[in-house]
Amino acid sequence: MKIHRILRTALQALQRNPMRAMLTTLGIVIGVGAVIAMMEIGNGSSAAVQKSIASMGANTILVLPGTAASGGVSFGFGTSITLTPQDYEAILRECPAVSSAAPVVRARTQVVYGNHNWVPNTIFGTTPSFLEVRNWTDMADGEFFTERDVLNANKVCVLGQTIVRELFQGESPVGKEIRIKNISFRVVGVLASKGANMMGMDQDDIVLAPWTTIKYRVAGSMLTSTNQSSSSTTSSSDTSTSVNTLNTLYPGQTSLYPAQSTTQAADNPISVRFTYIDQILVNAASSSEIPAAIRQITATLRERHHIRENEDDDFNIRDMTEMTKMLTSTTSLMTNLLLCVALISLLVGGVGIMNIMLVSVTERTREIGLRMAVGARARDILRQFLVESVVLCLVGGGVGILLGHGGSYLVQMFLHWPIQNSPGAIAAAVIVSAGVGIIFGYYPAWRASRLDPIEALRYE
Amino acid sequence: MDDFMALIELKHIVKTYRIADMDVPVLKGVSIQIDTGELVALMGSSGSGKSTLMNILGCLDRPTSGEYWFNQQEIAQLSADERAILRNRSMGFVFQSFNLLPRASALENVTMPLSYSATYISDREARQRASEMLSRVGLKDRMDHEPSQLSGGQQQRVAIARALINRPPVLFADEPTGNLDSHTSNEVLQMFEQLNQEDGITIILVTHDAAVARHAQRVIRIADGLIVDGDADSTLEAAGKK
Repeated sequence: MKIHRILRTALQALQRNPMRAMLTTLGIVIGVGAVIAMMEIGNGSSAAVQKSIASMGANTILVLPGTAASGGVSFGFGTSITLTPQDYEAILRECPAVSSAAPVVRARTQVVYGNHNWVPNTIFGTTPSFLEVRNWTDMADGEFFTERDVLNANKVCVLGQTIVRELFQGESPVGKEIRIKNISFRVVGVLASKGANMMGMDQDDIVLAPWTTIKYRVAGSMLTSTNQSSSSTTSSSDTSTSVNTLNTLYPGQTSLYPAQSTTQAADNPISVRFTYIDQILVNAASSSEIPAAIRQITATLRERHHIRENEDDDFNIRDMTEMTKMLTSTTSLMTNLLLCVALISLLVGGVGIMNIMLVSVTERTREIGLRMAVGARARDILRQFLVESVVLCLVGGGVGILLGHGGSYLVQMFLHWPIQNSPGAIAAAVIVSAGVGIIFGYYPAWRASRLDPIEALRYE
Repeated sequence: MDDFMALIELKHIVKTYRIADMDVPVLKGVSIQIDTGELVALMGSSGSGKSTLMNILGCLDRPTSGEYWFNQQEIAQLSADERAILRNRSMGFVFQSFNLLPRASALENVTMPLSYSATYISDREARQRASEMLSRVGLKDRMDHEPSQLSGGQQQRVAIARALINRPPVLFADEPTGNLDSHTSNEVLQMFEQLNQEDGITIILVTHDAAVARHAQRVIRIADGLIVDGDADSTLEAAGKK
């Protein structure tokens, strides 16, 4: 029996009771429609949630230099000087999973404007890409500094809201000059407020300036003390001795190395062989690409730093595992929830189909008997009823897809919820509705095919 | 056609039903011969086993034992699918209650058996054959009518057209006039006679009505699972006396 003829027979049979066929399909229509609408709305909001979590820095990877150690005392991450601006450029160039990166030079010192002073939580020397890495694209006022400012080590800076509040008391700071370690910086912009981060640290307590400026004009090294007056007293001493914690524990102890005289220092400057930076902030292209990004950065940096196979890295890479986990668990929770709802509604629709098909088989017993008498084999009958239920389900699925899509479109139009088209869900809906037709149509069809033609013909 | 062999030959057909661990014999060794081109009436009261015999003849059921030669082929023990193919190709059925598909046109009803035939028939050819058949039974202008729009006699004629669409050599009619009044009954029976004479179709009429049996050339009487009288003339006379 040719397929188009089976289809036509099925359609004819369904046409004989259009009202019932319609009501039967309604279960599938509602099921599939609900699934599609939920998937599209769910995907949309899930993408929106992901985006907002990502703006908290979930995709950010932090590259720190390795540990420096002196005399058995290790100083913790970020104390050795191994990261260079060239590393930052190489990461951007060679790691495809990285969408943006920014070098960071840190300083912690006093900022002065007029008769106000303040020690910002963070003073970062960086590049304009910092904003992109931190998903911090809004400026409250003014402009961000430019690449040209970075190249020229211009004395310009951008302030966070907290600094503006503390130093300027509500005046617009743009165009004003502030002093950082007695160096005058022109304020070119004010960042939009970002609030506290997950650890409760105020992210608006920040001053951003070109990294070259901070590097060469403000921070002699990254380990500057917090206060300008005290830093002036220690500025002459070598950085490596000034941080030896044993000194503060045992004040009487002599330093490990004899202090250099001014002449000695002048004769043997601590040569910085290369310009180094304190950290590199990297943004992975997406949360799923974080592991790939970490792998690529590791490979790039190991090669650049000439590290042998069996040697340890001279740098450290950290990602926001906690936030990433939160992100993935949020999405998977949402997907699973939708899947459950989808399965339940389709199950209900399927039971409806089975019920009606069983009724239909009983009602059409004589027709089945007749078809068998004129030469239909059991498998022809099975196929006919199976095709009928699959047609019902597929039509229901098709209408459901249109309905669900229309529904989510209306939701977007009137409620302004974000939606996202989901071709996967549509394909799944088609497959699942055909599957429902086969699974729930099989038993009634099998019952029909097992009928005895003699009894079926005699059935009243 | 083989001159030496009948179209249908039953040899010692026994049919026993098992009802609650009890063997109930319905046919107790039936042997009959029906030649090509005969118009035979199968008569018997209800419970005589004539329906069972008809089911076995029509390949709807299998005998418990015995041989069934149809067109020189032993078909008593064919599988269900093989019997279905045989029914489709070689047998037509007309039932007491017409058994037309409701809400389907006369034409659709007639083409229905073609969709189960082994050889492929195009839609066009199927329509053409069906309309030919419908004109033969005098329903040329009723082709698009649904059964509910047709009278009983017209419905039965649609059923006859359906039975003949595959051009079977044998037509089984199970109480074909049971639901019809005497006038339309006569029309239908005349149609059977005509088909039998003009097309040489072998027709087996199952009936309990002597008036129907009178149209047959030969009457086979069955009572209590056995053939009582296979002689054409005597039965006809008996029917006539009644």
